[in-house]
Amino acid sequence: MLRIQNISKTFGRLRVLDAVHATADVGQVVAVVGPNGSGKTTLIKCILGLVKPDSGSVLFNDIVIRTDPGYRRHFGYMPQIGRYPDNMLVGHLFNMMRDLRRNTTHQTDEELLEAYRLPDIFHKPMRTLSGGMRQKVSAALAFLFQPQVLILDEPTAGLDPLSAEILKEKVLRERQNNRIFIITSHIMSDLDELATHILYLVDGRVAFFKSLPELKALTGQERLGRAIAHLMQRRETQS
Amino acid sequence: MLKIARYALYDILRNRFVVAYGLFWVLVSMSFFNLESDPVKGMASLLNILLMALPLMSVVFASIHLYNSYEFMELVLAQPIRRSEVLLGQYSGVAGSLCASFGIGMGVPVLLYEGSLRGFLLVGCGLVLTLVFVSLAFLAAVLMRDKARGIGLALLIWFFCTILYDGLVLMGMFAFSDYPLERVILVLAFLNPVDLARIAMLLQLDAAALMGYTGALFHHFFGSALGIGLAVLLMAVWVVWPLLWALRIFQRKDL
Repeated sequence: MLRIQNISKTFGRLRVLDAVHATADVGQVVAVVGPNGSGKTTLIKCILGLVKPDSGSVLFNDIVIRTDPGYRRHFGYMPQIGRYPDNMLVGHLFNMMRDLRRNTTHQTDEELLEAYRLPDIFHKPMRTLSGGMRQKVSAALAFLFQPQVLILDEPTAGLDPLSAEILKEKVLRERQNNRIFIITSHIMSDLDELATHILYLVDGRVAFFKSLPELKALTGQERLGRAIAHLMQRRETQS
Repeated sequence: MLKIARYALYDILRNRFVVAYGLFWVLVSMSFFNLESDPVKGMASLLNILLMALPLMSVVFASIHLYNSYEFMELVLAQPIRRSEVLLGQYSGVAGSLCASFGIGMGVPVLLYEGSLRGFLLVGCGLVLTLVFVSLAFLAAVLMRDKARGIGLALLIWFFCTILYDGLVLMGMFAFSDYPLERVILVLAFLNPVDLARIAMLLQLDAAALMGYTGALFHHFFGSALGIGLAVLLMAVWVVWPLLWALRIFQRKDL
């Protein structure tokens, strides 16, 4: 179980996260949604230990995440924009990641690797890959080590429809395998298919954190995009 | 750490810069040895080029490399790996590749033309200065979030060590020329890694006689075990403290 407790973070004068509180359990897909600059990526980076929160803590299986990097062997991360060393060959990148995590993982999941036919481009340097191809590499890397927690930052942005479909089906399959997913996206139709919970951030605050059926029941809307718009509108008229 | 270093090294070696860098040193050292009939004179000219160009290129290459690999380091840090391992690995990769291409590019010609102790000392000074300035560049690169500012700071450090510092020392000497300053100058020269390398080398080239009483003092001091020990220690300090400071900052930094 992943628990985010009262995380706050300021960059200079800007308050990026303000007492964010949320939990994610196995089998759940938590979608982190919000306008641009609402703190989604910063929240993800706090979970991964890339950004150190000013206050609050992240707990993984009831253990507070501090400086010890060991917990990250249970994590897989697909960044928003995958940047890799220009001269590194694709195959070499995969070897390197395997090498870096060798002592921690025994079995690897090469399903996405095969589905995206990545072995065919193992001989190409990373700099020659298009944005979409890099996304595929990032996705395959995130799933490779069968992590318990998968963090996907805008996974389908930049992927062609077929590849996006492959990724979504993979998420749905893996959801059954006792994993925790944290996904950010601006594509509501994707989240409608994948998410079990919605964490909506506005200016670094949690506007609401609800399960998908609960949200739809509350607003009486069938589609996620409409439901969110409905709820946010209602809040504005209230305040 | 060694894994990261290996991949950083591999990435850099596939980049043609280090090859060009090595060839540059081959070209420079060969031409100086051929221009001067006396290899010692050639080495003196070579020393001047080395003390300017090597810190400059080390600083620029190291800081640009670190900024360019920031995003990738982010992905590596999302794996179960310590931050210190990543930074030290990068340091070993950058410093190792620069040292290797300099060592080969300059070492082979020096061995051919002047395979003596002072020849080796010249190459040794270059290697140590590489370590020092890569270390300083890493410090600049973790201090500044912005790439342009970071590289600017690294260049400023280079400018200060190679040009400004000597100018300030000279001005001080001029202003206080009525006083015996030999010991003060000795201490001041020790505080700058470039000057330290320069003096150690000049004394080997027997140019110290030109420096009058100060030169004699230097000669005396560097001839003693204490002087050599202190010089080595100070160089080591110049390699280690910027790197340790960079490590401290990097461990708390938001990526």
